[in-house]
Amino acid sequence: MGVPLPLWSPALLALALIVLPVLGLFARIDPARLPALLTSPAALTALELSVRTALIATVLALLLGGPLAVVLARSRFPGLRLVRGCVLLPLVLPPVVGGLALLYLLGRTGPLGELLRDWFGLTLPYTTTAVVLAQTFVAMPFLVVSLEGALRAAGSEYERISATLGAGPWLTFRRVTLPMLLPPLGSGLVLTFARALGEFGATITFAGSLRGTTRTLPLAIYTEAQADVDAAVAMSLLLVAIALLVILVARPKAVEGRV
Amino acid sequence: MNRTPRGAAPTAVLVVLLSLLSGCGAASGERNTLTVLAAASLTESFREIGDEFSKRNPDVDIRFNFQGSSLLAEQIRQGSGGDVFASANTDMMSKVRRTGALAGDPRTFATNQLTIVVPPGNPAGVESFADLTNAETSLVVCAPRVPCGSATEEVESVSGVRLDPVSEESDVKDVLHKVVAGEADAGLVYVTDASSAGDEVKAIDFPASDEVTNEYPIARLAAAEHPELAGRFVEFVRGERGRRILGEYGFGAP
Repeated sequence: MGVPLPLWSPALLALALIVLPVLGLFARIDPARLPALLTSPAALTALELSVRTALIATVLALLLGGPLAVVLARSRFPGLRLVRGCVLLPLVLPPVVGGLALLYLLGRTGPLGELLRDWFGLTLPYTTTAVVLAQTFVAMPFLVVSLEGALRAAGSEYERISATLGAGPWLTFRRVTLPMLLPPLGSGLVLTFARALGEFGATITFAGSLRGTTRTLPLAIYTEAQADVDAAVAMSLLLVAIALLVILVARPKAVEGRV
Repeated sequence: MNRTPRGAAPTAVLVVLLSLLSGCGAASGERNTLTVLAAASLTESFREIGDEFSKRNPDVDIRFNFQGSSLLAEQIRQGSGGDVFASANTDMMSKVRRTGALAGDPRTFATNQLTIVVPPGNPAGVESFADLTNAETSLVVCAPRVPCGSATEEVESVSGVRLDPVSEESDVKDVLHKVVAGEADAGLVYVTDASSAGDEVKAIDFPASDEVTNEYPIARLAAAEHPELAGRFVEFVRGERGRRILGEYGFGAP
């Protein structure tokens, strides 16, 4: 089937809108300074912090968001639709709003933040933990949504058969549901990691910005862009490279459009 | 049958959208819009000066862009438009000047100093600059890249006290907000920010701040769309009326 002619020009425009800005970034590179900028302590510290926090956030999203996806896809209770809607909130909210929300709940003067401080002597803002929380907040819905979608698409027939053969819910989950989930899990995790890595708004609002502790790569790019655009561009290249790596190597099926 | 050609509808939508976008700038018709790029610390005082200026020049709309001076300087360097630039220190103005983006010489119109601000109850009991180094005191400052941050570094070297902040913000208003929100025990901001925050913070002056004074220069930009108007605004800021308003917000005279 041929593509209708009128679709071509908007399609090309859409492609240009996505690709040209990234090419523009490459055009801004100062080749002479690039190696030094890429290996500057500020860039490497931020890269290390970013990868570390995004990995932890991805694991957290798996441990908490995975079970949530199964519950949302397989259980029935009043208000399920509302809960499903709430899970989508971080996808729709501007991340800055998410950061403010986290701050007012878990900040030093927030209701939960005060409890944490009085009971455990914990303060979250300005810590690496706060960065991980902000990243998990914005990235976890990607995992929940992709897993839940896969579960619903697969249907519960195999699980029902497993139950008729005498397997309990836990055994069925381990031997039937879990293996079905593995392929979509891969793409969900990759998306979650990529989103956590790029997190900016919630992090700078909730966690602040300090080198080595909370200044992840996106925050470092923002700070550098105030004074040294070449350094900011070099750091942006790091993020673009990681993003391309994620798309090319991990090849998440959701990204390629064949679930 | 007389049908619209296929593809006409999406194209029409696109045309309408684009014309909406481009219409934004021209909506004011005959009125002149003066774009003033000014340091974040000038937010309150320049708004008032802008109101006064508009009263005297009713055909002029002033559009302010308040951000960290470094960011503004970089934006000007990248060729983003504007008529007037007012910076929170001379470094950022010189940076813009080196790129040839200024029309005429920058003029100093105000001075400013740093002060400590704490939330009203002063939860960490900060009394002096040295108290800021207490391990339990969470201190927020400006990043060294922005003028209030370089002033902070100068104060550190003058006083010989090394600070250990929990966060370095990208403009002075972010520092103020963290203190106002009670999310930091102390912050270093300009005297003028402390006074504009009123009762929401308590200011604590310290001796070393007197030795570090930021000079605020203002200049017309070479790319100005309304050079004559831009010149009038600069003169108004530096004039008697402008100085009086700046003084009310705590700025020092040049």
